[in-house]
Amino acid sequence: MTAITSRLDRAETAATAVTSSRRRRRRRRHVKPSDLFFWSLVAVLLILTLFPFYWSLRTALSTNASLPANSTGLLPANFTLSGFERALGLASTEEAIAAGGSGAQIDFIKALRNSFIVSTMVTIGQVLCCAMAAYAFARLRFPFRNQLFFIVLTALMIPPIFTLLPNFLWVQDRGWLNTYLGIASPKLLMTPFAIFFLRQFFLNIPREIEEAASIDGAGRFRTFFKIIVPMSASPIVTLAVLTFIEQWNDYLWPKLVGQDESVRVLTTSLGNFRSQTPQGTPDWAGLMAATWVSALPILLLLLLAGKRLVNSIQFSGIK
Amino acid sequence: MAATSMGTRRPHRDVRQWLTAAAFLAPAMIGFAVFYFRPTVLGFYNSFTDKELLRPESDWVGLENYREMISDDVFWNALWVTGYYVLVNIGVQTICAIGIAWVLDRLSGSRVMRTLVMTPYLMSNVVVALLFLWILDFRLGVMNAFLDTIGLNPQPWLSSKEWAIPSIALINVWRHMGYTALLLFAGLQTIPKDVKEAALIDGCGEIQRFIRVTLPLLRPVLAVVLVITIIGSFQIFDTVDVTTEGGPVNASRVIYLYIFDQAFARRNFGYASAMSVALFLILAVVTIVQMRLLRANESDLA
Repeated sequence: MTAITSRLDRAETAATAVTSSRRRRRRRRHVKPSDLFFWSLVAVLLILTLFPFYWSLRTALSTNASLPANSTGLLPANFTLSGFERALGLASTEEAIAAGGSGAQIDFIKALRNSFIVSTMVTIGQVLCCAMAAYAFARLRFPFRNQLFFIVLTALMIPPIFTLLPNFLWVQDRGWLNTYLGIASPKLLMTPFAIFFLRQFFLNIPREIEEAASIDGAGRFRTFFKIIVPMSASPIVTLAVLTFIEQWNDYLWPKLVGQDESVRVLTTSLGNFRSQTPQGTPDWAGLMAATWVSALPILLLLLLAGKRLVNSIQFSGIK
Repeated sequence: MAATSMGTRRPHRDVRQWLTAAAFLAPAMIGFAVFYFRPTVLGFYNSFTDKELLRPESDWVGLENYREMISDDVFWNALWVTGYYVLVNIGVQTICAIGIAWVLDRLSGSRVMRTLVMTPYLMSNVVVALLFLWILDFRLGVMNAFLDTIGLNPQPWLSSKEWAIPSIALINVWRHMGYTALLLFAGLQTIPKDVKEAALIDGCGEIQRFIRVTLPLLRPVLAVVLVITIIGSFQIFDTVDVTTEGGPVNASRVIYLYIFDQAFARRNFGYASAMSVALFLILAVVTIVQMRLLRANESDLA
């Protein structure tokens, strides 16, 4: 049957070679096996991607006591907001313990604030310094420019743990352990990726614009901040969003240098969770609420800048 | 190259321009020197010393650390475990990503779908690890409850020797497959439409056409994507640290975790440095071999 239809199709295609594929698809009424395969793949993909998010939300809105008896229901078991209240520190210690939380809970609000401080520091510092450096590599003339740029790029090949060990000693020697500066420092001034990313855009700005500015008597710094930066607002914002998310999600370095509660960021606090409850049953509802709260800023950024993030993917590839 | 073109200019103007360039470069290059260049050199140097955490002085010990590494069973185990992880992770992830890239291509790159498949990648490793720590929990996790309803035996996913690494590998497949698919999809966009349509006229089915015509044309992109994902995969740390901490025993003690243990729990900085040099070399070799094998620089379209 399919052999016959496909032969008919072929005859039809040969007869009307110019017919657009869309018109042909509309004329054909039967469902092709590849359509079936396609839509089942879409369904599986949607379920696979969304289910873990949904499941943690469902757990966050349940009570710990009712989770064992109801481990598969799609709706929250015994709906409550107390998981979120515990995660945000709105519940009193007694309430938290009664609901299955640990008495010594993490100060989640403080961790949220610390993550914001560190990520904002890194985003502003890195984007500003890398934009200036990228402009120099793209436009200014100086000796060994291309060699220097090549050396910066080769740093992309070095595994982070390689530089992490000596960096730790350096930060320790400066007395920067358990400070915001210590957590932010390795990426505060530059990453090779950021310079590479912005240089690509600066290279495409027509030279005539800068020449016009220099005839008007503007120096390089004025030209850069008054003309180049506003013109490149879009890639700069994209880089800022990428940098913020990456810093927000960073785990290993903050774990090493920022264990003190006064500077501890979200990832480190959440990561400590398992070692804090080695034997007893963890406060799953509270934990899932906490992961949702910590993912929320990223989900918001995704809503606001999803298009930029998706479009930046060709560049992220070289990371 | 730049110097020759400047030869005709007046020298003091050149110097002024160099100073401007230096001012533009200074902050970023200070960051580069302190946090990239210096530690790279020092990393190599430390691997030949008996450097310890919290002890300022250290002595040159030559190849001692490397000798110790070669006879260290835990190191070889860590390499083996990491290799196993990379194999499962990259194998499953690449197949899934190719499937998703095909879906995206057929949907003409629907923005909603592209944003959706990227979402897991934007979540931190810690958040993803915790989501699955719950889903895969032995007693209360929905995974085992599901297996139970379809008549299969529940498994202690993250706490058993057999399942720890495959579980962690699949957790990271979930996080990375959409992102990898988007990289492949970007490659698909570079294949001219008429090449794809020529195959249609030849009477290939749609899936067959994708496998026989589109995928081989995608090879250069696939090679680059594989190099990126494999290098990333070798550096697995966060997920292991949050879910199993290397256990049970050493069943999931990947190389990053072992380097970390040696450096910070046992303070053997010299030895940890030697192992990171080894990791660096392994990654360099993997990259070169892969580019060769997949003949990444040749495109069939050229």
